Amino acid sequence: MATIILFAPLIGAIICGFGWKIIGEKAAMVTATSLLFLSALLSWVVFLAHDGVTETIPLMTWIESGTLATDWAIRMDRLTATMLIVVTTVSALVHLYSFGYMDHDPQWKEGETYKPRFFAYLSFFTFAMLMLVTADNLLQLFFGWEGVGVASYLLIGFYWRKPSAGAAAMKAFIVNRVGDFGFLLGIFGIFLLTDSIDFATIFALTPEIAETSIRFLWTDWNAAELLAFLLFIGAMGKSAQLGLHPWLPDAMEGPTPVSALIHAATMVTAGVFLLCRMSPLMEYADAAMGFVVVIGAASAFVAATIGLVQTDIKRVIAYSTMSQLGYMFVAAGLGAYSVAMFHLLTHAFFKAMLFLGAGSVIHAMHHEQDMRNYGGLKDKIPYTFWAMMIGTLAITGVGIPLLYIGFPVGFAGFVSKDAIIEVAYVGSTGAFWILVAAALMTSFYSWRLMFLTFYGAPRGDKHTHDHAHESPAVMTVPLAVLAVGSVLAGMVFYGPFFGSQEKVDAFFGISQSEVAANVLVAPGAAYAAGDDHSYDRPVQEPGTGALYYAEGNTITDDAHAVPVWVKLSPFFAMLLGLGAAWVAYIRKPELPGIWAANLAPLYQFLMNKWYFDEIYDAVFVRTAKWLGKFLWKRGDGDVIDGGINGLAMGIVPFATKWLNKAQSGYIFTYAFAMVIGIVILITWTTIGAGN
Amino acid sequence: MDNLLSIVTFTPLIAALIMAVFLRGDDEAAQRNAKWLALAATTFTFVVSIFILTGFDPQNTGFQFVEEREWLLGLTYKMGVDGISVTFVLLTTFLMPLVIAACWDVTHRVKDYMIALLVLETLMIGVFCALDIILFYLFFEAGLIPMFLIIGIWGGANRIYASFKFFLYTLIGSVLMLVAMIAMYLDAGTTDIPTLLTHEFSYAPLNVLGINVLGGAQTLMWLAFFASFAVKMPMWPVHTWLPDAHVQAPTAGSVVLAAILLKMGGYGFLRFSLPMFPVGSEVMGPLVLWLSAIAIVYASLVAMMQDDMKKLIAYSSVAHMGFVTMGIFAANQQGVDGAIFQMISHGFISGALFLCVGVVYDRMHTREIDAYGGLVNRMPAYALIFMLFTMANVGLPGTSGFVGEFLTLMGVFQVNTWVALVACTGVIFSAGYALWLYRRVVFGDLIKESLRSITDLTTREKAIFAPLVAFTLLLGIYPSLLTDIIGPSVEALVENYDVATADLVLSHAVADAGH
Repeated sequence: MATIILFAPLIGAIICGFGWKIIGEKAAMVTATSLLFLSALLSWVVFLAHDGVTETIPLMTWIESGTLATDWAIRMDRLTATMLIVVTTVSALVHLYSFGYMDHDPQWKEGETYKPRFFAYLSFFTFAMLMLVTADNLLQLFFGWEGVGVASYLLIGFYWRKPSAGAAAMKAFIVNRVGDFGFLLGIFGIFLLTDSIDFATIFALTPEIAETSIRFLWTDWNAAELLAFLLFIGAMGKSAQLGLHPWLPDAMEGPTPVSALIHAATMVTAGVFLLCRMSPLMEYADAAMGFVVVIGAASAFVAATIGLVQTDIKRVIAYSTMSQLGYMFVAAGLGAYSVAMFHLLTHAFFKAMLFLGAGSVIHAMHHEQDMRNYGGLKDKIPYTFWAMMIGTLAITGVGIPLLYIGFPVGFAGFVSKDAIIEVAYVGSTGAFWILVAAALMTSFYSWRLMFLTFYGAPRGDKHTHDHAHESPAVMTVPLAVLAVGSVLAGMVFYGPFFGSQEKVDAFFGISQSEVAANVLVAPGAAYAAGDDHSYDRPVQEPGTGALYYAEGNTITDDAHAVPVWVKLSPFFAMLLGLGAAWVAYIRKPELPGIWAANLAPLYQFLMNKWYFDEIYDAVFVRTAKWLGKFLWKRGDGDVIDGGINGLAMGIVPFATKWLNKAQSGYIFTYAFAMVIGIVILITWTTIGAGN
Repeated sequence: MDNLLSIVTFTPLIAALIMAVFLRGDDEAAQRNAKWLALAATTFTFVVSIFILTGFDPQNTGFQFVEEREWLLGLTYKMGVDGISVTFVLLTTFLMPLVIAACWDVTHRVKDYMIALLVLETLMIGVFCALDIILFYLFFEAGLIPMFLIIGIWGGANRIYASFKFFLYTLIGSVLMLVAMIAMYLDAGTTDIPTLLTHEFSYAPLNVLGINVLGGAQTLMWLAFFASFAVKMPMWPVHTWLPDAHVQAPTAGSVVLAAILLKMGGYGFLRFSLPMFPVGSEVMGPLVLWLSAIAIVYASLVAMMQDDMKKLIAYSSVAHMGFVTMGIFAANQQGVDGAIFQMISHGFISGALFLCVGVVYDRMHTREIDAYGGLVNRMPAYALIFMLFTMANVGLPGTSGFVGEFLTLMGVFQVNTWVALVACTGVIFSAGYALWLYRRVVFGDLIKESLRSITDLTTREKAIFAPLVAFTLLLGIYPSLLTDIIGPSVEALVENYDVATADLVLSHAVADAGH
């Protein structure tokens, strides 16, 4: 079944991409979409039926060289199963949504076929992403990793007429490659130490890795720290964490369904997935994980500040994504892997919906993306409005604080984001305060988006506003499905991801022998049972279970016992953000202008996204170009060629004379042939003399 | 069939002779006959070479299909293949029919062109099969003549300069290699390669002109061979002939040059330097690793700034060959496997990329990147194929380009992490130059008036690309196809190398200092 899940999208991509000329555009798109729905359906079956036991399904051999042996194989455990439902569900819905969104795209001329290509790319992306999450070794994971990179490249550059799209696509790929550079070095290091790149083998050897020191560059390092750090560089690239993030906002050049699927719900979360997947290694790398927390918290904060002032609706959501990914990294970095996965799951639902909702707005407004030209769309596109509203309630974390009926009551983000903030309080006070501040800003920019788009008076082109229309059902149905997810995902999955330790362990297959694995029957129903701490956590062998918790890592459990004010803090941050946004964009719409004028330097700083693009351009891009030119003209031209020409002048002065005489070129050719002949003759005579 | 290798080697030459003697005139019919005859001969060669592959036993690490005859003047004609060389023979025979098909539209002196290509094929296969150093030298050096003619007669405007440069570079290397071969003969008393492979050349430290040479005679001979092979590769800093040669060469010439001729250097390292002079390799290894790492970064940066498509791909070849030399002199299984894999894969990928340039050059008669833009508007099939090979060039997993890069980097990481780090930046730079090229040529709106009527790939062009696409993907997804053949031979090679260098305290100290 896993094989069908994995290959259905690939088959869909091939049929759709190459077969549309034969079976027709519509049929091709329908085929690709149906295959994805099949995939999604089977994924849910796998997820619900999964008993937490890790299985490996080998497909065929891949790279073999000496002791390096790699298979194409599927590793099926809870982590994989969770990612399967996220990826296939969102992807299937995005496919469906694209029928509406991509219809009559004004970017294309009359008669141009672009839809099958789009669907083929989407399906191909899904295949690569599934490859990534089902990999049973690092190399296959890397295959998926790069595969999603290419799909992302192709889809960002989908509107190939636009120069900005081409540039954004290239930037995304290259910045990701910087991360891959670290990732690859990490793989090499792991192979050097374990003689394997299979997860099972690596995980079993992690305690030894932690004891080993490895010589890398100028000095010796603790192997676990170094390898965890290198792998995290890869994760930073893919998940757009601070430093390797500038590609993500530019990636919004792609069609909006792409942003929802790739740049919100799935691909960008691959870094978080990688950290969770490698948890047996990460658990032994305290310093590296400290770095993860710092980067995660910094990303959450910086992205939120930039999100405050952006005017392009998609860019606001893009920065919001980067910020939320920062939250997940904080959780993973602190060792609360299940919590990171929890937020990954809920975020996939509400962020995909926000993007698809934004797409619906853009669709209604004839591809206008500037929020300054929106306003008052609430009644014109009511379904979209309500979808966006649910998404906003989810991301800002609206719920009923302190109420607990087996699970907390609130929208998805309320449950999972607050869980991360509680974990942060236990693990790192600094990260806690940064995340609370980020939560405040999240609330502000999310409500700002809502108010600017749906409330107030219509701004911008009157004609566009007059013709604003609700999207067709193929677009609103996926929104409705995601809306259900955004409301319920947090509450339904609270138990297995952030419930009692016992339940989390059982869910992830950590102690299969002791706990009956029927948690899913009544998720969260028995939290109280965990409260009495009668559960003795088994000491886990690395490699058993989908996640690994070293002895003494009880952060997930401890997070339940934080003071009440900590539990309330994100809620009040949300209220504060909402209030501020309401004042600034509903009550006194002149306020933002005044703020911007009074705080002009800060405003400019944020508008320019902390000047990352400019700095990178000056430091890396221009240096590389200058160096390339310098090495070409000076290095190759003057030094090497100059040297050789000089040599030629010295040793064979007549060679240049030849060169001048040999106008036709043939004389020289024949002369050369003669030289060869002479050389052969000399060979023979010399060897003859040797006899 | 114990003379299969000779059949494969000399069939193209015989076809060339037939063409030279019996085909007269330069009218259209004669041209057509020449092309069909060349295609038939190369295809036949390929078919016969498949028999070699099927009859080849990978587990046997010795030479197979060995032929030995007395030849003129007391020289021996000896041919044979092992797991390493058989793959190069196959690469050559596989690519040549495609090369012939790629120059179907040439009208200038067609018969001579076909003869040159056929002779070249014989000489290239000969290099990979020769088991006698004199024979090897003959094939190796003579191969330059047809290549020279191809550039000189069917090449671009500035072909004389390119030829001159080519000549100067190769001459110096050739002379030194010849001297080393003579020294080998004097030392071992034979020109037989299998015997030389088991001969232990002296590595007692020598004092030459007051300089103490570690590894002694081995190092000196190693250096002499290095001079020749490094130019052929080409390695930094003796690479500058390659961009010029490529720019001036016609499409078919570029394809042969990049896909096959460059591999002679790598093959030479594997046949001579590493197994015959292990101590020399061990002493000089760190230097080669560093030159390779520099080549990767340097050539990638230079490639980025090129405004001529062919030059860009030529520089990218230099960078990719850097991975090859690095893998070879990492001297472990992954490194050498990866190096061979990279060479074969580069044969397909660079060949295809030069064909891609050829496609638009045939239509627009310019290689200036700025003259293009927005080709996807009118050439979707071309855009797709160009994209695939761009990604393969970048080393995307799933294409053959990845396997070679990955294995060589993995190999070198075990030897020297600094080199691995520097070389690994190549994965970033390659994405930079390759995608930038693609974006400038293919993406964007089609605004240039001259491109308005450009046409997409013809059926012939698609047929040429199809096998290259197939192999690039097949080897990327199922690399065992190749590593199963080369694996045992490489294992034996690496084992011998390890044994020979195992108790070299002295050179290890040197190698460590290089870390």
